[in-house]
Amino acid sequence: MAGIAPPGEYDVVVVGSGPGGLQTAYCLERLGVRTACISRDDGPGGMFRALPIFGRLLSWTKPDAPEPRGSRAYEWYDHNSLLADDGEHADLVAAEMDRAYAVPSRPEMERGLAAFAERAPVAVRYGCAWESTRRLDDGRLALATSDGEYVCRAAVFALGVTEAWRSPISGIDAVPHYVDTRAPREYEGRSVLVVGKRNSGFEIADGLLPWARRLLLVSPRPVSTAVLAATTVRVRYMQPLEDHAQGGGTLVLDAAIERIERDGGGWRVLARGTTRPGDHELLADDVIAATGFATPLRDLPALGVSTVAQGRIPALTPFWESVGAPGVFFAGNATQGAAGIRRHVNVGSSAAVHGFRYNARVLARHLAETLAGAEPVRRPLRPDEVVPFLLGEATRAPELWAQKGYLARAVELGADGAPCDVGVVPLAHFVDAAGPDAAAVAVELGESGAIFPAVYVRRGGRVEAHDLQPEPLNRFDGPGHAAELEALLR
Amino acid sequence: MIDAESLAPLSLFADLEPPQLHALALTLEEERHPRETRVLRQGMSGNAFYVILNGEASVRIDGTERARLVPGEFFGEVSILLGEPPTADVVAASDELRCAVLPGPEFRELLLRHPTVLYRVLQIEARRLRNANLWRE
Repeated sequence: MAGIAPPGEYDVVVVGSGPGGLQTAYCLERLGVRTACISRDDGPGGMFRALPIFGRLLSWTKPDAPEPRGSRAYEWYDHNSLLADDGEHADLVAAEMDRAYAVPSRPEMERGLAAFAERAPVAVRYGCAWESTRRLDDGRLALATSDGEYVCRAAVFALGVTEAWRSPISGIDAVPHYVDTRAPREYEGRSVLVVGKRNSGFEIADGLLPWARRLLLVSPRPVSTAVLAATTVRVRYMQPLEDHAQGGGTLVLDAAIERIERDGGGWRVLARGTTRPGDHELLADDVIAATGFATPLRDLPALGVSTVAQGRIPALTPFWESVGAPGVFFAGNATQGAAGIRRHVNVGSSAAVHGFRYNARVLARHLAETLAGAEPVRRPLRPDEVVPFLLGEATRAPELWAQKGYLARAVELGADGAPCDVGVVPLAHFVDAAGPDAAAVAVELGESGAIFPAVYVRRGGRVEAHDLQPEPLNRFDGPGHAAELEALLR
Repeated sequence: MIDAESLAPLSLFADLEPPQLHALALTLEEERHPRETRVLRQGMSGNAFYVILNGEASVRIDGTERARLVPGEFFGEVSILLGEPPTADVVAASDELRCAVLPGPEFRELLLRHPTVLYRVLQIEARRLRNANLWRE
C-alpha cells in the first residue's frame, strides 16, 4: 500500500474510489497522465457499505441483450458496469447478476466494482483521507491528506452526493434523516411521517408499507405519475402511490411544512397546502427527513467553488470544472451540476453511473490534452463515410443514448479539408467553442417523449441546429435520415 | 430546486402565497454561469425560462449588445411562447450570473396555474413592447 500513489507532485489527483473516481482514474492512467487516486475508504465503493438502506440500484443491467456482452453497443444494456478498453473487463456487474431482478442488488454492484478495481486494474491509495485544500502561488492545488500533501495541476473530486441534507424547515434538525432510518420492523404499528416525495421518500415508504400503521408523505410539489412512469425510479414509487390512491392507509400530501415540533413521545407537523389550500396539523409517532443529499465539499467553497440546488451540488462548466475555481473538477454523481444547453428536455443521466461513466472518460481525455500534452483524437474519415458514421452513432452510441442532449459525437474538417472523427464532446462545448467547420450529432428527447437525432453544423464559426425525424424502431441509419443529413452537410 | 428566500424579493412572484412559493422553489432549477458564457443561443437553444437572481446578462443580436438585464429580470419566455429559437444570445456579463430556471413545459403550467404571475409577465412584456416602439420612433 505504501508504494501506491504516495504523496507528492502529480498532474491530476482523483479523490474517491466509487464508480466516478475509479472510472476517471482508470481513463487518466490509460492516457498516460501522472495521476494519484486516493480514497479514505478501505476498498472501492464505500457508499454501498456506508448507506446500506439502498437494497437495490435503480438502473438496469441485462446479462442478455440485443448486442453481445463486452461490445461497445452492449454498454447501453448494462448501466452499472464501468467502461474498460479491454472487453473482458467491460461488463463486470453483468457477470455478478443472479437475475432475480433486472437491476443489481447492492452486493452485486459492490462486487462488480471491486472486480473492476482489481482486474482493470485501478491503482488506488486506500485509507488516505483528503483533509483540506489550498491554492499555491503558481496556481496549482495542494491537498492535505492523512498521509501527507499532494500537489497537482488539477484535482478531480468524486465524492458522491452522499452527505445528509435537510431542507430549511423549522425544527427539522431534531428529526432523523433518511440515513438514520432504522430496520423496517422497528416501525411496526407506528404512524410515520416522511418529509419528501422523491426517490428516498418513496423508498422508505415502500420499505415500511408492510410494518407501519400509517404512512404520510409530505412535500410541496405534487408527484407527476406521467413523468414517473417512464423513469427508473418507478419501482420505488408505485406501491405507496397505489396505496394512497385507493385509501389503504398511506397519504401523499402536497403541502409546505412550516414547523416540526415535539408532541409528547411523538411529533406535531404544521403544514400549508400547495395544490389545494388549507392548513394541516399532522401527528405522527416518527418523522423521517427524506430531503436529499449534498456533495461533501469540505473547504472547497473557500477556494471559490460555488453551488446550485441550495448549496448541494457544485456549479460546473461543460467539462465539469468548477464555475468559480479553475482546476477543480468533479466526477461521478456531482457532474449533474453542469447544466447543458436545454434545447429540448434535459435528460442527461449524469446523476447515475451509466451517464457519469461517459463524463469521466470525456473529462480524462480533456485533462490529458490540456495538462499532459496528449494529442487530440483525430481519426480520418473518407467524405462518403461521414453521414453513415454520424447516423450510426445516433443509432447505437451508448454515450449519446445515456447522455441525451449533453454529449455529442463530432466530425470536423482538417486544414486540408478532409473530415476527421474527433470523438465524444460535451454538446455545450461544441456549440460555443470556436473551431473549424464541423458537425456533431446528439440524441435528444422531445417534450412528447419522442427520441430523435439532432445535428449541429458549424460553418464559418456559426452553429445551426437541426432536428432529424424520429423513427419508430429508433433506427436512424436508414436512407431517409441519410438523405436528410446529406442535405444539411452539403 | 432553489431556496424560497431567493424568490421572495422578485416582483414576478410577489403575489404568491408562501406555500405556493415553496412549491415553485422546488420546481425551479439553479444555474451559475461564468462571465462571457452563453446561456441562451441565438437561433438555436432555448426551451427554458430564466430569472436573474444575481449578476448581469447581456442580450446580443449578431454579437451587438442590445440590452442589459439585471436581477429580477427574465428571459427565454418568447421562445417558449412562440416555440421558436431565440432571436438573441444572452451572455453572462458579470463574473458569475446566477439564474433560476424553469423548463418550458413547466413555465406554461406556471402561467396557467397562477394568473397573478401571468399578469405580471404580461405587464413586463407590455413595458418592453412600449420601449421597443419608443426606440423605433
